Order: sequence, then structure tokens, then C-alpha cells
Amino acid sequence: MVEAAKITDLTHDAPFESQYEEIDELLSKKQFYKEGFITNTNVETFAKGINEDVVRAISEKKNEPQWMLDFRLKALKVWQSMEEPHWAKAEYEPLDYQDYSYYSAPECGSCAGECNTDEAGEPEIDPEVAKAFAELGVPIEGNSEVAVDAIFDSISVSTTKREELAKLGIIFCSFSEAVQDYPDLVQKYIATVVPVGDNYFAALNSAVASDGTFVYVPEGVHCPIELSTYFRINEAKTGQFERTILIAEKGSYVSYLEGCSAPVRDTYQLHAAVVEVIVHEDAEVKYSTVQNWYPGDEDCHGGILNFVTKRGICEGDNSKLSWTQAETGSAITWKYPSCILKGDNSIGEFYSVALTNRHQQADTGTKMIHIGKNTKSTIISKGLSAGFSDNTYRGLVKILPSAEGARNFTQCDSMLIGDKCGAHTFPYIEVGNSSAQMEHEATTSRIGEDQLFYCQQRGISEQDAISMIVNGFCKDVFSELPLEFAQEAEELLAISLEGSVG
Amino acid sequence: MLLKVENLHAEIDDKEIIKGLNLEIKPGEIHAIMGPNGAGKSTLANVLVGRDEYEVTDGSIEFDGEDLDELDPEERAHKGMFLAFQYPVEIPGVSNKFFMQTAVNAVRNERGQPELDMFEFDEFAKEKIELLDMRSDLLDRSVNVGFSGGEKKRNDIFQMALLEPKLCIMDETDSGLDIDALKLVANGVNSLRSPDRSFIVVTHYQRLLDYIKPDYVHVLYDGKIVKSGGFELGQQLEEQGYDEIIRHYHNG
Repeated sequence: MVEAAKITDLTHDAPFESQYEEIDELLSKKQFYKEGFITNTNVETFAKGINEDVVRAISEKKNEPQWMLDFRLKALKVWQSMEEPHWAKAEYEPLDYQDYSYYSAPECGSCAGECNTDEAGEPEIDPEVAKAFAELGVPIEGNSEVAVDAIFDSISVSTTKREELAKLGIIFCSFSEAVQDYPDLVQKYIATVVPVGDNYFAALNSAVASDGTFVYVPEGVHCPIELSTYFRINEAKTGQFERTILIAEKGSYVSYLEGCSAPVRDTYQLHAAVVEVIVHEDAEVKYSTVQNWYPGDEDCHGGILNFVTKRGICEGDNSKLSWTQAETGSAITWKYPSCILKGDNSIGEFYSVALTNRHQQADTGTKMIHIGKNTKSTIISKGLSAGFSDNTYRGLVKILPSAEGARNFTQCDSMLIGDKCGAHTFPYIEVGNSSAQMEHEATTSRIGEDQLFYCQQRGISEQDAISMIVNGFCKDVFSELPLEFAQEAEELLAISLEGSVG
Repeated sequence: MLLKVENLHAEIDDKEIIKGLNLEIKPGEIHAIMGPNGAGKSTLANVLVGRDEYEVTDGSIEFDGEDLDELDPEERAHKGMFLAFQYPVEIPGVSNKFFMQTAVNAVRNERGQPELDMFEFDEFAKEKIELLDMRSDLLDRSVNVGFSGGEKKRNDIFQMALLEPKLCIMDETDSGLDIDALKLVANGVNSLRSPDRSFIVVTHYQRLLDYIKPDYVHVLYDGKIVKSGGFELGQQLEEQGYDEIIRHYHNG
């Protein structure tokens, strides 16, 4: 039974033209993406194109067992039978998938799987790559309170704190290593939450999966530090297809963060990741993302196409999965971190801030699928549109007949900055059990001229006022981010609003 | 002279509202500006602090010896102009404390004073809260969100206390306040009076002036000051209304 599907659409509605001229001017000031540098190092990059040989070559490069190759080849077939989806509220030309390279790695790390089996431990990191991560502020030396997996183009170059974590039985390694070292676990869970044929980009990812992070937290273990992955796309015309699997056994807890950036390029770069999260009984996973992919030039040419499938299952009773994301980059974002609430009393949460500026297009939201009894989900989405951008929230809350006593609370707020941007909300609600309680709140506002003037009259510059009002708007979501990330997200937002990119 | 307004003409949306206004204010003086609806009282307040939509088409505004013509609202604020709003604005998610610390430091920067860190600001704010006899949770709440009408006005007075301006312009601060709230606001203002601080109190009613005794009362009508006098002029207006003055203005 479809109970309601409210649609609000505030497209390019421009009643206050004059009062936004100045804001538009502020937003279009010189742009600077400080993560936009290029690293020059010896790389091994496959020739452009995708076919069975390429998939075999990737698998061979990573020294993979037969089952992984079979998985890839099967996925390639599925992908070839599918069509590129264009239902999102974002416009782009169909991509030429033969014009991308599907594998690129700094040379001295290119043996990924192999050198890690070496007793000497960590493989040498290319100094240029190390420099790049240092410049990005990613602590790959392990001198931080956070454990880091650093991924450069197709491969993981460093994973810190692993011994410390290993003492607790926590596995934190690159996906490639997991295929080598923990094949049973990988085989048990891969594609169980996001099936190969789930969607076009998930199928593509399954075929050419580059690297990603693998996390396993054993029963009853409360992971004492934050685990994080930093993704960096460096090579031009290269796709990054990371595969991340995170498993939280019964009664465990883990907080995982990911960050991303890419150099300034003049052609679209493709990022099609798949993340699968499995949360067992009484376990809790907090998954946070600060996404700062290069959004392209003034017209968003050359930015990252961020087509990502993230999904988690609350498999056991009383389990909890919480997604928090701050999305500021990419030319186009297509991303719906979702929760399948299978266990009774399980909880799914989605907290999102999505900022679009210039010609960026974001179509993002979540899916909450309620299967178990007394399952609860919360969705808080804050969309900010500036410049000529389009920002869409698309979300599904589905209550299956079995989900007795399910509850959902959804709050969707949009803020328009300027008068040439669009904010769109597409909430889908399907209720199959009459005991369900659903709440949906939605607001759309503009940064008011009166708010700006109030701040200015108190001596605060217009630029600081905008950033203050915007951060206030996003506060409910930022308070869900781990502390150091919240800070970063706030700064990113400020930079993005300076007309610099995010 | 702190403020010198000469032959000021100003318009909004191509409509002239202020039509040749003169006003001089010395340090420490309190001037009340009264007048019927539509006389241009709020416009005058907004023009003085440099709000964008209002355009000065002729005349000049000199503040502390400096022509304000080219200055943005925040620059005027840095120089010591403060506007208490008729309708203070809500800013969800931004705490009063963060808001005011940012504002105070912006002004201090401009004056060449060192910024106040969190602890110093706390101390400073505590002093002012005590001075104004306000609730201590004021700082933790979002700017004006969920405040009653009276609380919003008092919050503006609190901000005034923190920013220590030279000229405070109160734009119908008394509108919508009951008598108790009015007294609280007036007491706040009175505690901030000093020989270095001047006030322009824009109001509709005599009531507020009973609590804040102005040195001068001006009647604004048709974009000009048509009559000026002492405190007693306010009382006269309360009894007789504006009709007499308006008739006189039209006749002569």
C-alpha cells in the first residue's frame, strides 16, 4: 500500500532577484581547490577500455584466487547486459566506458597483495605518494589517534595501527589483502548486501573492483579508535572502484570514517564504489563520510562523477547502523546510503548534509527498509544549493508487512543560497503494516537578506554571516560526525561557499 | 559632534521617503524621534546604519567626523553604530554566544584590540548579563529562536551592551511589548547610558520616553523633521496627537 509520495519542487524560482546579486557575486569569486594538485610518480596504468581481458589482467595484477576472478567475470557479464541509468535528477551525457582506464597504481606499491605477505611488514611507500598524503593531512605514518587506510588510485598504499587492532582481533586491511588473507570472510559476505546485479554501477564495480577497505570486528569488541579510509584519485581518465566491506559481529562497536579528494582535471573522472556493511545482533556501526571530490571547473567539467552504492544490513536483533555524510564535492553525486532493518528492534539512521555550488548536481538520500518488528529509522537531510546547482533529496521508507510497530522520522530541510539554484525533494513512503508510525517534516528556506543584515549590523562580514547561518542550518547533522570530522566538514562548507570548491 | 545629518534624501524601490532631513547629536545625548505611521522613522534608522536596499540620493551623514557614504553596514558597526531592531531576526542553530563572540571580535579587530578567547568572552558576557539582570542561559540558546517578543528585544539590548557602541539607534523597540517588558528594556538602556554614548530612540508612543528620559524630541513627518523640542514635546504629543503639528506643517 502506498500511503503518500509527496513531491516538492522549487526549481529556479526567482522572486528576489536583486537581493541575491551580491550573494551570487560572493559565490562566484575566484575558486581554489586546495586538494587539486597532481602527484607525479611512476605509475602503471592499464590502457583504456574494459573487456574480459582487462578484468583478467586486474585480477592477475592483484594475484587473486580463482573464486575472485570468477566473481569478476560473472559481474562483467551482468554489467554488459545492463543499461546506464539516467533517472536521477542530474543531466550528463552517457559515458564512454571504453575511454577510461580501469587500473592505475604507483609502481612500487603495485604488488599490493604480494608484498604484504612479506615478513618485513609494510611495503615501501612511494615518496611522492607519501608526500601527497602528507599534504592532504592524512596521517599515514600511524602517528595519529585514528587508524588509516590510504588508497591511491587503484590500490591501498598504507594501513596504519593494524598490529594494535590485531591484538583485539580486529581486522583492518585493504580489500586486496583481505581477498588473500581472509578469503572465507570475503566470500561469505561479498555481494550479500549489494548483489552484483543490484544496479549498473554496482555491477561495474564488481567486475573491476580496485581496492577498498576491509573491516572485521569480532564478537563483543568495542573498537577503541576511529578507523578511516582516505581515497585519492590521481591519474587522469581513471576510474576508482573501491569495494569496502565492514562486518560487526555480535555485540561489537566500530566507528568508521572516509574522506576523499582528487586533482584538478579537465575531463570527468569516474568513481563507482560499493560499500557493504553487515551488523549482527546487538552491534553498532557508525559510518561517516566527508566527500570532497573535485567538482570540476566553473561549469563542472572535469569533476568527479560519484556514483556510489552504500548499503548496510542490520542482520541481528537490536543492531544499529548510522550513516552520516557531508557531501560537498563531485560534479554529479548519485548516492543513497541505505539500511535494511532485518533484526527486530534494529535502528537505522541517516544524517546528511549535501552542498552544491556552481553547476554541481547532487541526487542523494537514503532507503530505510523495515523488515523486523519494532524497527526504527531516522532521516535528517540538509540540502544546500548555491550558484547554478541542483540539489535533490530522494528517499524511500518502506515498511514491510512483517515490520510490526515500525517507526520512521524524516526531516528534510533545503536551503537556497542565491536565486539560480534548485532544491528538490522526492520522498517515497510505502507502508505495508498499519501499526507503523511515520513522521515527515520538510522545509525550504533561503538565506534571508534580513538575517544577513542582522549579522552585518553586528559587525560580522557578509561572508562570515553566510557561513555562520549555513553551519547553523547543518548543526543537527554535524553533531553526529566524529569531532575531528565535524571540524573538517564545517571548514569545507565555508571553503565551498567562498566560491572555492568543496 | 557625534552624528551630523545634513539635507538627507533617501529612497527605497525608487520611492523617496526621506526628503531633506537634518539632525545633529552630541556625545551622551538622547534624541527621541516620533511621528505617525509612514513618516519615515524606520527608514531613517535603516539608512543611518547603511542597509543595502535604501539609497541615499542627496545630502550627507557624518559620524564621528567621518562621511559614511561609502561604508558597508559592518564597517559602520565597527565604527560604533548599533541598531536595535523592530523585529530581531532568528538564526537557527547558531548560539547567541558564538554569534556575539564573532561580532565582538570583529569589532575589536577593527579597533585594534586583541580578540577575546572563549574564557575571556565568557567573563565579559557574564558581567553584562549581571548588569542587565538577564537569565544566564541566554548565551546558550540559538539567536532569538524560541524567544518571546520581550526576550528578543532584551537580547538586542544585551548585544548592545557587549558591542559598546557610541550611537545606539532603537527602532521602535517598544512595539509589541507589555508594560513589564517595556520597563525591563528601558532599565537596560538606562544602565548603558554614559557621557560617551548617544541614543536615537525611534518610537510611536510616549510610553517608552517616560522611562528613558530623552534630552530632545523630534517629530518626523513626510520625511523631514517638522518640529523639535525638549522632553515636554513628547508629553504634548501624547495629549494632543500629531494633527496640530501636521496641520501647521501643511499650512506653513
